[in-house]
Amino acid sequence: MKAISKKFRLTKKVFSFPYILFLLLFVVVPLVLILVNAFLDADKHLTFDNFKVFFGSASSMIVLGNSLLVGVITTLLCLLIGYPVAYILSNMSSGRMLVLLYVLPMFINFLIRTLATKAIFMALDVELGMGTVLFGMVYNYLPFMIMPLHTTISGIDKSYIEAAQDLGANKATVFLKTTLPLSVSGIISGITMVFIPTISTYAISQLLSNGKIFLFGDSIQLSFEQGLYGVGSIMSLVMLAFVLVSNLIMNKFNRNSDAVRRSLW
Amino acid sequence: MVEQTPVNNIIELRNLYKTYDGKHAVKNASLVIKRGEFVTLLGPSGCGKTTTLRMIAGFEMPTSGSVIMDGKDITNTPPHLRPVNTVFQRYALFPHLNVFNNIAFGLKLKKVPNGTKVNRKGETVQLFRKYSKDEIKQKVDRALKMVDLEDYDHRNVSSLSGGQQQRVAIARALVNEPEVLLLDEPLGALDLKMRKDMQLELMDMHKRLGITFIYVTHDQEEALTMSDKIVVMSRGEIQQIATPEKIYDEPANAFVADFIGESTILSGVMLEDFKVEFCGTVFECVDKGFKPNEPIDVIIRPEDLKIRDKDDPSALITASVLSSVFKGDHYQITLLADGNELVAHDTENYREGEIVGLYIRPFDLHIMHKTRLINEIDTYVTGENLVEICGADFECRTNLPEGTPVKVKVDFDDVEITDDPEDGVISATVTSMIYKGSYYQAILTADDHYNFFADTDYEWLKGDRIGIKIAPEKIIVEPRDESEVQQQTTVVDETLSPEEFAAFKKEIEAQEIAERSDADTHTEDAQ
Repeated sequence: MKAISKKFRLTKKVFSFPYILFLLLFVVVPLVLILVNAFLDADKHLTFDNFKVFFGSASSMIVLGNSLLVGVITTLLCLLIGYPVAYILSNMSSGRMLVLLYVLPMFINFLIRTLATKAIFMALDVELGMGTVLFGMVYNYLPFMIMPLHTTISGIDKSYIEAAQDLGANKATVFLKTTLPLSVSGIISGITMVFIPTISTYAISQLLSNGKIFLFGDSIQLSFEQGLYGVGSIMSLVMLAFVLVSNLIMNKFNRNSDAVRRSLW
Repeated sequence: MVEQTPVNNIIELRNLYKTYDGKHAVKNASLVIKRGEFVTLLGPSGCGKTTTLRMIAGFEMPTSGSVIMDGKDITNTPPHLRPVNTVFQRYALFPHLNVFNNIAFGLKLKKVPNGTKVNRKGETVQLFRKYSKDEIKQKVDRALKMVDLEDYDHRNVSSLSGGQQQRVAIARALVNEPEVLLLDEPLGALDLKMRKDMQLELMDMHKRLGITFIYVTHDQEEALTMSDKIVVMSRGEIQQIATPEKIYDEPANAFVADFIGESTILSGVMLEDFKVEFCGTVFECVDKGFKPNEPIDVIIRPEDLKIRDKDDPSALITASVLSSVFKGDHYQITLLADGNELVAHDTENYREGEIVGLYIRPFDLHIMHKTRLINEIDTYVTGENLVEICGADFECRTNLPEGTPVKVKVDFDDVEITDDPEDGVISATVTSMIYKGSYYQAILTADDHYNFFADTDYEWLKGDRIGIKIAPEKIIVEPRDESEVQQQTTVVDETLSPEEFAAFKKEIEAQEIAERSDADTHTEDAQ
């Protein structure tokens, strides 16, 4: 007993072990596998051909561009719809409850929701295409925009608003000069949480455009389905690079804005 | 009241009420503030002082009553159109702007008159322009200089200390050249030393700028130091409006006396003019005009109570020393005289248990009418030996039939307080607690807002929920006349009895008259 207690002491560190193990198994190892696969051909020989295949084909570049475009448009739409909603909700005493209503659809699996959306569009005779894809994207990712915005806006001290009024600002000026700048951290979290998943998403575009619109996530899935592990791996790495770059840009913005406090939500 | 408001009064509050969920945060506040005055709203937390200030700033809408500024009714004017600026309790400096931009915030929004022009219809139109960049820079620099922060314009506000943030907040308000500066406990977050310095600086600024300051604080020392006029508030009501000297020397009631400075408050009886009895002794005093044998409150400031030798011929009563505590420049000595505790300040130390004589100059005995002599409630008999008080049936001794309108009286001694609200017939909240030498006088606010006065041996915490019980034989039930019943239905105010209401109204009116005549003489002086 004594010997064991000498070797193994229950410190705070110990509680992180399960998570470290999880990270190793499901994040680090797959990443290494992807990295290795990117440099292997079908016969497991070292090669750079995969890069040539991916960067040389115009179609995969178009898919990548499309993905980024859909991501940007979806994020902008979410922001335009989400900000007013979050602003109104945070000024309501029952706002917290109503935010839950916006989150409630997330309790249902997104595939089921997307299939249902598709069924509704078909029933209404709406032509499936870019419009329906964007609708599905916004519908899926809007809660991720509203949540951080609501938290940030309702966290703004009311005395800032009163101070601005006191100094002669009318309602519009109060919003532009205090509420908006003070909610920058929320806007950035919202953008991060919508943009990154949208550029990597799959299935939504395929289902809601009847396979007409093909996004990056879909083509990664396709490559792996077709056994093109090398090309799929490279695509994944490209995606990862985009995620990292956008995260860095967001973080920089956030630091510049010197927001009240940084919160994930 | 059709007469013109004298322009000398910059702000007037007329019968201001603010009600939250049926509870009065501010009750019938009437106040006149003269141009250039330093007025302090003073009271314990929750007394309605900040709410009153926020109604002047425009952040709260009064439930009824009006706010008059420069003779114009601004009750419904939004805050951004009022020529007042506020220094907030936690400063509320914009974290996304640096010091310069915080101070320039108001200037950038301000429109200044820029000549007139005649439009096509032939009307003269006032033109406005914004301040130029240079003008803004000049003004901000001057404001920064005024608060001794010259080189701080590019600093981030979060990098400043509390005192510096405080100065920026003051500069941000003053740079707009407001007619009235509102300060909401601006020194509350500073340490003692800094607070003392800022007090002097604020007083100096007030003198130099000549604008009106309205200051909110719970610190009575701060109020006494800084103000031209103090408004003491308690439970949403204005208790007294007077100069600091008058507030200290002649408190209007036991609450003010208890809140301002330390003092001993004792119950006594006014035997006749210039003769008052308390502590079992008859004292000479300088007050008159009371009814013979009227019960009154006597207030004695600790520095006015002189300790003498017990055989000293000037000693009026003897007392034994209960405790003596060193306070730096004096000893605080608690004495027991005829069962009443008295507090005195003396430079000499006395031993516990020592018997001493006490002397008070007749002039230093402050005698006040009691706010209320007995709890009185107009109600009805609701059954056999049952009477309704504050929504519950109390047992009593009466042979009056059900439904008879009655007046119920309960002595302060007979209101029994129970620790558990469930144990009482009704529950109430302790809203005031004043030590009266040998017992505590509590004000208990029942859920229907009636205030019970109760004398108790124990100190209860303010804000505590307690229960109220009254022994059946202690409830005095008297029938009321029908004519009085009629009157009762017309009186809307539920917390004050008609007599109290009349007295209160008279007081306000007297105050208004005094203010007005005061203001009139001022205008004459000016002319």
